[in-house]
Amino acid sequence: MITPEEIRATLDKALPGSTIEMQDLTGGGDHWQLFIVSPAFEGKGLVEQHRMVNDALKEEMGDQRIHALALKTYTPAQWEKLGS
Amino acid sequence: MADEVFTKIDEKVKNNKVMLYMKGTPDFPQCGFSAHTVEILRSYGVPFASEDVLADPAVRDGIKRYSNWPTIPQVYIDGKFVGGCDIVHELHERGELEPILNAAFGKST
Repeated sequence: MITPEEIRATLDKALPGSTIEMQDLTGGGDHWQLFIVSPAFEGKGLVEQHRMVNDALKEEMGDQRIHALALKTYTPAQWEKLGS
Repeated sequence: MADEVFTKIDEKVKNNKVMLYMKGTPDFPQCGFSAHTVEILRSYGVPFASEDVLADPAVRDGIKRYSNWPTIPQVYIDGKFVGGCDIVHELHERGELEPILNAAFGKST
């Protein structure tokens, strides 16, 4: 298991300036849903965006601190469009 | 061996407008994520081919290396990896899947 603070610390380094929302899907601290709005996603497809997040959390997934990761990724422009 | 699997996968990905690697078959999916992906593809009424990775361990492992993507299902449209269940769902919700399919089947949007 992993804490939201640890996830945030890792992602802040890999994707600076991102807005991150985290949801512990099972309460067990190893199944997470992440909402990430990042300027780093600009101009990239969803596959690339998810790869960037998966790569950033590679270690945490490799040693099973994170067992499952559901991702919702948006560029700031996409996020704004959703809100309006 | 790896090359053999890659060749096999490559052929299917290139010879089918829409190719789905899944667990089970479209009518008898063996996993909720595969089932949901089939449901989305079917909602567009386009033909798609599929392969059951549970029937062939070499393909199950090979497809992950082929796309460098860790999970199954995997959807390929026009020879390009489009995503797994999450991404296909998201593209569907955002209305971005239809133009990709239309482009593959040569329909104008």
